[in-house]
Amino acid sequence: MNNFTRGVTPVAQKDPYADDVTQPFWDATQKGKLMSTKCTKCATHVLPPQPRCFNCQNDKFEWVELPGTGTIYSFTVVRHPLRPGWDAVVPFAAGIIELDGTQGAGARVQANIINCDVEKIRIGDKVKVAWEKVSDTYTVFRFEPA
Amino acid sequence: MTLKDKTAIVGVGSTQYWKRGQSVPETELSMACTAILAALDDAGLTAKELDGFAIYSSSCDPATVGSVLGVDEIRFAATLTSGGGGSAGSLGLAAAAIVSGQAEVVVSLMTLQQAKRRLGGTQVGDAPPASGGGGSPYGAGGIPPGMAFMAHSGLMSPGHSFSLLTQRHMHLYGTKREHLAKIAISQRANAIKRPTSIRKEPLTMDEYFNSRIISDPLCLLDYTMESDGAIAVITVSAERAKDLKQKPVYIMGSANGGMGRWGSAIFSYFQMPDEYFASSGHRPVAKRMYEMAGVGPKDVDVALLYDHFSPMVLMQLEDYGFCPIGEGGRFIDDGNIYYEGGSIPVNTHGGHLSEAYIIGMTHVREAVEQLRGTAVGNQVKDAEIALVTGGPAGLPVSGTLLRR
Ligand SMILES: [Zn+2]
Repeated sequence: MNNFTRGVTPVAQKDPYADDVTQPFWDATQKGKLMSTKCTKCATHVLPPQPRCFNCQNDKFEWVELPGTGTIYSFTVVRHPLRPGWDAVVPFAAGIIELDGTQGAGARVQANIINCDVEKIRIGDKVKVAWEKVSDTYTVFRFEPA
Repeated sequence: MTLKDKTAIVGVGSTQYWKRGQSVPETELSMACTAILAALDDAGLTAKELDGFAIYSSSCDPATVGSVLGVDEIRFAATLTSGGGGSAGSLGLAAAAIVSGQAEVVVSLMTLQQAKRRLGGTQVGDAPPASGGGGSPYGAGGIPPGMAFMAHSGLMSPGHSFSLLTQRHMHLYGTKREHLAKIAISQRANAIKRPTSIRKEPLTMDEYFNSRIISDPLCLLDYTMESDGAIAVITVSAERAKDLKQKPVYIMGSANGGMGRWGSAIFSYFQMPDEYFASSGHRPVAKRMYEMAGVGPKDVDVALLYDHFSPMVLMQLEDYGFCPIGEGGRFIDDGNIYYEGGSIPVNTHGGHLSEAYIIGMTHVREAVEQLRGTAVGNQVKDAEIALVTGGPAGLPVSGTLLRR
């Protein structure tokens, strides 16, 4: 059995199953860098990567490094376990993070929010990325109070 | 040219409603057949005359149903994409098929048996879901590359998704759990008066607040129940409707869709723009529906709002214009949604929260019965216009206005 930690969501996947488009993101995470794709025409950030820029329909993007900080846009505290063994994990916080260095919508990420008092976190709280190396190919991002 | 008043619902049929999994040994096919035959009989039509399927969420396989029922010829078979968001919109699809001359007697239906699978459970298993890829169900297979961006977030169920919309609504507008409680309590009070309802125990504010929180701010009583059953309705041209058994219920206006960047929003990455993140996603659909019908929210006598989660009733009250954006909580506090004395009685059948969950079709059935004057338990006096909605979910979501 896994050793579950309260507040920290277990990672079932051991590999990002990346394709050519998403591999640079996961390569960067191994070095502790949070990256986003940015449209080469209109500078809109799109994350996770998509085939086209929703703002100008361009299909050319460049990878840029983000500061790794952001703001809780919305969140929930999950109190009821939906998977076997997760009674040792709940309550945990998870939410939508708007990333500094991006325009917000279109480049939000959803993530587990750790190292916090789940009864006290609020929308608008500043957070920073917290990495967990799962395997040699997969390092996941969570967020914690900044 | 619009669809306004050119078609009418002339038949409604249904099986009984069961708690999840208890309809065995019925099957989704057998229940679909029962509901369709009952709806045809209600209208005074036969299976030989049925020639169209206008469905949503791929609720049945028209090829199979058509052959089992001995339909002469199928002239139209189409589904709205996505899930329950299309329930009300399937009536517009039926109207479109008829007005364009493609079919004459069109069924819309849902048949649901959750013995082996659970809708809310699709994202819950250990295997990552196949959704979120934006491709076809015949796609490359395997785990999509987008999955790694969300698999470890811990957000895995529709309830978690709607919690996020609700938290933001609370943050922006001061919406409270008391407001959600009043939705659940109001609908339970409506359900208690109906023999079809699965939940019939009275519900108090104390019981609501003692109920288990699943994910903040939603508790068990904010969630739909899970049920089995089938409901079908038959739509024909307004002309043909005159000669049939029932008083016609006309389709005044119907719209489906939503803002492009709503997309599959709540089931993938939550990238909707700030202006409508904390909403039901129905605003543009409501606008087009009212425009087609030539009426506004003040003209609606009863609202059957899709309620898989109680806060989405509140947000639809705003998006369908019954109150300003952000005022849903206060509107509910003022008693507007109650059957007794409310300005716009909501979910007079008890809804998904308390009657049964047949993915929006109980709402369609109730709308028709209200306008026929045959609603059980909570008939709105002299109801002339009913609103019925589908969703909120990934697009399309939908709304339809019906009149007697
Ligand atoms: Zn662009």
